Amino acid sequence: MAVELGVLVVRPWPGTGLGRVMRTLLLLLWVATRGSALYFHIGETEKKCFIEEIPDETMVIGNYRTQLYDKQREEYQPATPGLGMFVEVKDPEDKVILARQYGSEGRFTFTSHTPGEHQICLHSNSTKFSLFAGGMLRVHLDIQVGEHANDYAEIAAKDKLSELQLRVRQLVEQVEQIQKEQNYQRWREERFRQTSESTNQRVLWWSILQTLILVAIGVWQMRHLKSFFEAKKLV
Amino acid sequence: MPRLGSAQRWAAAAGRWGCRLLALLLLVPGPGGASEITFELPDNAKQCFYEDIAQGTKCTLEFQVITGGHYDVDCRLEDPDGKVLYKEMKKQYDSFTFTASKNGTYKFCFSNEFSTFTHKTVYFDFQVGEDPPLFPSENRVSALTQMESACVSIHEALKSVIDYQTHFRLREAQGRSRAEDLNTRVAYWSVGEALILLVVSIGQVFLLKSFFSDKRTTTTRVGS
Repeated sequence: MAVELGVLVVRPWPGTGLGRVMRTLLLLLWVATRGSALYFHIGETEKKCFIEEIPDETMVIGNYRTQLYDKQREEYQPATPGLGMFVEVKDPEDKVILARQYGSEGRFTFTSHTPGEHQICLHSNSTKFSLFAGGMLRVHLDIQVGEHANDYAEIAAKDKLSELQLRVRQLVEQVEQIQKEQNYQRWREERFRQTSESTNQRVLWWSILQTLILVAIGVWQMRHLKSFFEAKKLV
Repeated sequence: MPRLGSAQRWAAAAGRWGCRLLALLLLVPGPGGASEITFELPDNAKQCFYEDIAQGTKCTLEFQVITGGHYDVDCRLEDPDGKVLYKEMKKQYDSFTFTASKNGTYKFCFSNEFSTFTHKTVYFDFQVGEDPPLFPSENRVSALTQMESACVSIHEALKSVIDYQTHFRLREAQGRSRAEDLNTRVAYWSVGEALILLVVSIGQVFLLKSFFSDKRTTTTRVGS
């Protein structure tokens, strides 16, 4: 749900000055109400992590916007400029591929080089505890993966594509994403099979070993006790 | 005020209608979108998400638990007045479609409060309205050409393919997590049982020996 300002083209309409102001205000209001994505609340020292399981060479774009609770006005206002969010992205091998601090509104991008679970963690960089005033920070978050991350308006303008060409380009991108996902699926299924076969092997070896241990222990017990009783002259 | 020419009067009228159209646009649900998020829910925790939805928008909430415990979670969806639209306890996977009856902030929460030590990974997909159109100026009154409508139907079909792929991937992740759990449990159990067996059997022998050693001395003492 990421509607940018570029969606609506504001043509200069003739009319009186006041009419123009009203129109601009209405336009901004319409865009603003559509600009809010899914949001959640985050505490001051809290770290929220999201997982994206993606194939390799996939681009991920994340947009976030923060709002702070204003006690006087009893509503959420855009956060003060000093308040920022620290974004950390880890790849499936727990190696950090992005660790940057952004302002109260930010956009982060990364491309995966290994397939698997990538972890995106966000936490606020506030050091003054009084800044939150015991409240929570509201974070609007929107994460687009793969084909959804493409900005088709930009691609159309850059490559000068007609409408039909742009639609076909979108289809090609979608099919490439499906292919990448299928490759990743093949890799995952191999891992799953390796795990199952390893479990199978372990169970087999353990049964054999257990039987051998039991037999050896039994034999040792009987021989030891027999020699003990003979020494004590009980048998 | 100078008299306006016919062209200028027409332009002023167009301006007024444009203003009314904009006001009308505020009431129309704008282009929606989908949010797909996978997050970790620690034990005894509750995570809520909010979204502002316009009246009349058709929305779908789909969730699935990927790893953790018995792979179940509580889910609850509320409308702006706090009325509960959907509430299920300990569900592994579900899908719920509703049409927003009023404007406002809708809230949905996932709760793991019934679990004491397992944390869960939950995936959800919240679709609001239709996907935004490919073209900014798309609001065509004219029909699409045959090629364009073929492209649109291929696009919709591919979207459902990607959707099925996602669900398959999640189910496979669930299966794989169970298999890896089983593997580690078998490893620990084997080593643990081997140690217990050795300790118990050696201990038995020495305990038995100690019984016979003490009895011998007591009987001789009683005899004399």
